[in-house]
Amino acid sequence: MAKSPRVLPGFEISLGYTLTVLTLLLVLPLVACLFKAATLTPAEFLGAVWTKRAVATYMLSFGASAVAALINVLIGLLLAWVLVRYDFYGRRFLDALIDLPFALPTAVAGLVYSALLVKNGWYGQFLVPLGIQGAYSRLGIVIVLVFVGLPFVVRTVQPVLESLEGEAEEAAAMLGASRWQTMWRVLFPALQPSLMTGFALSFARGLGEYGSVIFISGNMPFKTEIAPFLIVARLEQFAYAEATAIAIVLMGMSLASLALVNWLERRSRRYAS
Amino acid sequence: MSISIRNVSKRFGAFTALNNVSLEVGSGSLLALLGPSGSGKTTLLRIIAGLEQADTGSIHVQDSDVSQLSAREREVGFVFQHYALFKHMSVFENVAFGMRVRHTPNDEVQTRVNELLHLVRLEGLGSRYPSELSGGQRQRVALARALAVKPRLLLLDEPFGALDAKVRQELRTWLRRLHEEMHVTTVFVTHDQEEAFEVADQVVVMRQGNIEQAGSPQDVFDHPATPFVMDFLGHVNVFHGRLEAGQMHLGGIAVEYPEYQQTESRDATAYVRPHEVELHRSPQGDTSLSVRVVHVNPAGPVIRVRLLSAAGAALNVDLSPGQYGELKVRPGEDLYATPKRVRVFLPDDYSI
Amino acid sequence: MHPSGVRTKKSAGGLVADEPLWLRVLLIGAAYAVIGLLILVPVAYVFVQAFAEGWQGYVKNLWHDPDTRHSIFLTLTVAPLAVLLNTVFGLAAAWTITRFKFPGRTLLVTLLDVPFAISPVVVGLMFVLLFGMQGYLGPSLRQMGIKVIFAWPGLLLATTFVTLPFVARELIPLMESLGSEEEVAAVSLGASPWQLFWRITLPNIKWGLVYGIIQCHARAIGEFGAVYVVSGRIAGETDTMPLRVEKLFQEYNNPGSFAVASLLTLMALVTLAGKYMLERYIAQQMAATRENTES
Repeated sequence: MAKSPRVLPGFEISLGYTLTVLTLLLVLPLVACLFKAATLTPAEFLGAVWTKRAVATYMLSFGASAVAALINVLIGLLLAWVLVRYDFYGRRFLDALIDLPFALPTAVAGLVYSALLVKNGWYGQFLVPLGIQGAYSRLGIVIVLVFVGLPFVVRTVQPVLESLEGEAEEAAAMLGASRWQTMWRVLFPALQPSLMTGFALSFARGLGEYGSVIFISGNMPFKTEIAPFLIVARLEQFAYAEATAIAIVLMGMSLASLALVNWLERRSRRYAS
Repeated sequence: MSISIRNVSKRFGAFTALNNVSLEVGSGSLLALLGPSGSGKTTLLRIIAGLEQADTGSIHVQDSDVSQLSAREREVGFVFQHYALFKHMSVFENVAFGMRVRHTPNDEVQTRVNELLHLVRLEGLGSRYPSELSGGQRQRVALARALAVKPRLLLLDEPFGALDAKVRQELRTWLRRLHEEMHVTTVFVTHDQEEAFEVADQVVVMRQGNIEQAGSPQDVFDHPATPFVMDFLGHVNVFHGRLEAGQMHLGGIAVEYPEYQQTESRDATAYVRPHEVELHRSPQGDTSLSVRVVHVNPAGPVIRVRLLSAAGAALNVDLSPGQYGELKVRPGEDLYATPKRVRVFLPDDYSI
Repeated sequence: MHPSGVRTKKSAGGLVADEPLWLRVLLIGAAYAVIGLLILVPVAYVFVQAFAEGWQGYVKNLWHDPDTRHSIFLTLTVAPLAVLLNTVFGLAAAWTITRFKFPGRTLLVTLLDVPFAISPVVVGLMFVLLFGMQGYLGPSLRQMGIKVIFAWPGLLLATTFVTLPFVARELIPLMESLGSEEEVAAVSLGASPWQLFWRITLPNIKWGLVYGIIQCHARAIGEFGAVYVVSGRIAGETDTMPLRVEKLFQEYNNPGSFAVASLLTLMALVTLAGKYMLERYIAQQMAATRENTES
């Protein structure tokens, strides 16, 4: 790569500007957050983040995000496969629609899904008689998180699937592998890093998601209350330090999944030529 | 195993890739399919492999028709142009793949893979990933992988196309030796005539979906059947002249051409290879052409001289260092050129 | 080149790689079902609900409610401002990261991703801690007459934070792959920094930039969690459109809520259409250049 330090103009000003913005917008608030948490003694901190109610929210946020991310892996693989491999009527249309959850405000998603899933909603009228309660339930949370995270898996798997040369599959066939063996031994391992990246992105997004969930969950403590909601609740009681403590736990979880993504990407680069 | 290709045609949309091609490949031979891109050589190779289905015609291996067999049933080893190694598998697992999918016992796999890695001189690299290998090493892994399942035929698509000149040279010699050891019927595709002549014991020249000529390398080089083959196999000087009564008239000189005895004169094209022209300081009867030296390139084992005839036609002549030492040609000098060997083609079989 | 191109396309879905027809039909059907149920029906439902009281009801809900009207104006002010800030930031960050080597470069790239990893609610909280009345800077700013939290500057800050990486993340890989050869050549020919940017860099990255801006804008309009926390949700003052959707929903004003939602959905659909057309345009451009270089 032809990096030519200082041949090109604007290093000082662009670096300076970037750093200033990052400091004011990102670093300063993060530091404030840590400062606030530091006003608590370790015992107080633990008391704030490890109440029964708080633990229930972590479990729900963590569990619902994980389940939704897993569902997204399956759906995402299906969609990416169909969009890349087959040519069919409406392919471009479906492809364009995949991005809608990125473009649609999450509040709208929450509003629509809660209305669709209630007893007399379009979906609810079929599901509720079967005992499937979508609105104001944990299931509802999973459903909106699936919606919100759907594009992540599709959009990470799709380019990888496109870049796989037909030659690798042909080589497997020439060596006597059946279609199924080719799938499991050649294609799936090649897709695996991108599936895991998609999972982690979808999971991290689910952990932090707020707008769509509060519409559909009903926000009942111990039942359908997610961690971000508890932060807001504490904030509204002006319990800033406690809110910050919970926020730090939540941030830790999502930073861990982001770190996982980075690690996975670096690992998969080992065999990318 | 012998291969017999019978009346194979293949079209892609409006493009005819193969036009009723028939070819016999003897058991144990090493055959090169040679031609420019778009000549149909790769398509033919892929049809033999079962990666492509012929529109008409059939492929027989050792007298049994394999046309209806799928690629995985044909027991053919195929080496892809860009190797198509499995990126996420180690070298060892790449080579072992064919045996793994056949559920070969593990100890057998171990022995065979190690044997093959030894054969392709990659011992100790089994745990590497393809991205950690050089181009030549990848090529050899691809070859070992194809050989691992003891194929009846070995097919290679532009096997050295993506390598640099030095590695390419090494691998050619090595493939030749490997073939002598293994004796598996091998077909490879190339657009490089030098490669075809050096490696193969049979050369098939293809053009626009047809076989132009098939034969031993020497046969094809010395007796090109068509102007295309002549042109494709190395440099040529092209002359347009008149043909009558067993003689070809080219810009003031006459060349014997006994194949054409009619008295009626007609247009014809003559081909002369640069190393089959002699240069002299004095005229040699009516067989020499007056020329002027334009440029001399004395670097390398062959001295290339560019000349211009009195009529303004360009002529390239290759001299050996010995000849060059005798003549000491300089740009601007006037000389006489005598074609030693002329191949004449009538215009109706010439259409490029 | 032509015949081999045909072959690759053929073999990708050709002899070896084909699934049986029934399986293909099944998978395509499943894809349609998933997209239909998860995306198409909900989008249609937004408009069905929004127009439940007819055109007039729709207009009344959207226009004759001053608080809703204000939320539309607010969103259409804050979002473009945030996009503008992030465009400048994205250009500066991408230029710094892709054109120079300096210690801490990797750290800078990592920092750019942080907004993706932080829950919007936590973003809001951080700004409250900093600029709120109980915050570290809030009281002194207040004395100077600057109100950040529960006012539009807070909305702008929160929205900018959440959408910070979009333009930069789009530009960095693009500029990385373009390399700096053209720019170095321009400098050697005597181009000023200004000419360099407008004549060389911008024309090369313009579509990536537009793409990043479109995504940034979509996200800025829809931002909820961060804005929810910093705005105080004062009707007619700090309620943005998504917040208005929530408030009307809480007030059991479903038609009103869906009317605002339909407007947001419309914006999302326009975003998608814009993206789609941009992608097609770029694909055509690339095909055209490829043909030119090949022949």
